[in-house]
Amino acid sequence: MKKYVWFLLSLCVLLTFAMPVCAQETEAQPQDAAKQIEESDEIAQNIAEPTEEPFNVTDLIMGHIKDSHVWHILDYTKEENGQEVEVPVAVPLPVIVFANGHLDFFMSGAFHHGHEAVTKGDNTYVLANDQIYLANEKGGLTFKNGDETTAMEFHEGLKYLEANAAAEIVNEKPWDFSITKNVASMMLASIILLIVFISFAKAYKKNPGRPKGLQAFLEPVFLYVRDDVVYPNLGEKTDRFLPYLMTVFFFILFNNILGLIPFFPGNANVTGNIAVTMVLAIFTFLMINLNGNKDYWHHTFWMPGVPVFVKPILAVVELMGIIVKPVALMIRLFANISAGHIIILSLVSLIFIFQTLAVAPVSVIFVLFMDCLEMLVAFLQAYIFTMLSAVFISLAVAEHKHE
Amino acid sequence: MSGTLAAIGAGLAVLGAGLGIGKIGSSAMDAIARQPEAAGKVQTAMIIAAALVEGVALFGVVVALLSNN
Repeated sequence: MKKYVWFLLSLCVLLTFAMPVCAQETEAQPQDAAKQIEESDEIAQNIAEPTEEPFNVTDLIMGHIKDSHVWHILDYTKEENGQEVEVPVAVPLPVIVFANGHLDFFMSGAFHHGHEAVTKGDNTYVLANDQIYLANEKGGLTFKNGDETTAMEFHEGLKYLEANAAAEIVNEKPWDFSITKNVASMMLASIILLIVFISFAKAYKKNPGRPKGLQAFLEPVFLYVRDDVVYPNLGEKTDRFLPYLMTVFFFILFNNILGLIPFFPGNANVTGNIAVTMVLAIFTFLMINLNGNKDYWHHTFWMPGVPVFVKPILAVVELMGIIVKPVALMIRLFANISAGHIIILSLVSLIFIFQTLAVAPVSVIFVLFMDCLEMLVAFLQAYIFTMLSAVFISLAVAEHKHE
Repeated sequence: MSGTLAAIGAGLAVLGAGLGIGKIGSSAMDAIARQPEAAGKVQTAMIIAAALVEGVALFGVVVALLSNN
């Protein structure tokens, strides 16, 4: 049985790293179909034009922070018909959407970076601003300007969107279950977690002597979290909550660190995505409240030691507190990690804003310093999340001795 | 206009964070100067308090980002 688990895990890792093999160069000119040649000229122009546009810092930063259906690796310029064209190299990720009762599954390469609409059965999907929308009756996007809504055709809509980047799109959205960049990165982090810790557990059982290698590096961290974070708060109940708290700690730590790596398998901004941190906070919320004992509920809603007319007021405050504490956990992690990424991206963009290589040494040194700070923040945020979760859980399961 | 207001709001939040963390750092320095053997514990407590204060300041930054449209 164990051999099969190892085999499956190795297969998953190999598949994840084989993904760059699928990295496609999206061609500026498709090789076949005569009717696509007109479109391709348009597309070539649309791709060629951005190289003449001024450098837009906000777009670059937001593009790196936001989630995306394509895992973009790099762009390179190549000569095509005497024009310089930017060709993106990216890993297309699977798109899984559910609309009008149909579950559709296709690779995001079909969108050609938003230049084409995809039709599966009855549903036509359009990719705009990294979001998948259901096309309107004309096959394109519907924009809203104050009180008017204008439905446009597909290419018309794309041009309008390029001209007004802040236009509001009011198409319907399908249920989007795609494997996006953040999901793929979380899967990678989970696979790394599983491989590392399952092998540690086995090695710990087999030779209980002094550990070697990566185990010697992570075991003190593990013991630190257990003995200095969880045990002082939970005491005898440590073993009950240790799996959850350890998982949260190492999941956040590994995802933070992966997010700091600037190239392919590591570029995704997982913990800086508020949906991810919201789920982690919800897990903590559930752990606290599903394990709350009678004393906990009694003390939050009808607290002893306080005059009776104050108790209802405090009960409302405590109720808000039950919700606000996990929300604070969520926002703290999200904002710290996102802010760190934004700072590093802004410092690197300094070179492009000033358009001179002389800024490069200053910028690079700043970025190196910020990266060291970000590594501290990565560890610190994982530690704070785990410590606060441990404290809240300990408050919920504490046994009070009443006189 | 709302972009400028959002930026001013974010700046005020950062001001609050700077004051808070500065105060934490200063009391940590006083404590370490008083009792150098306790430096490790004081430092740990300082980092934790700083991360919590920074969390609050980032609340403000998130609100500023949200209202930036």
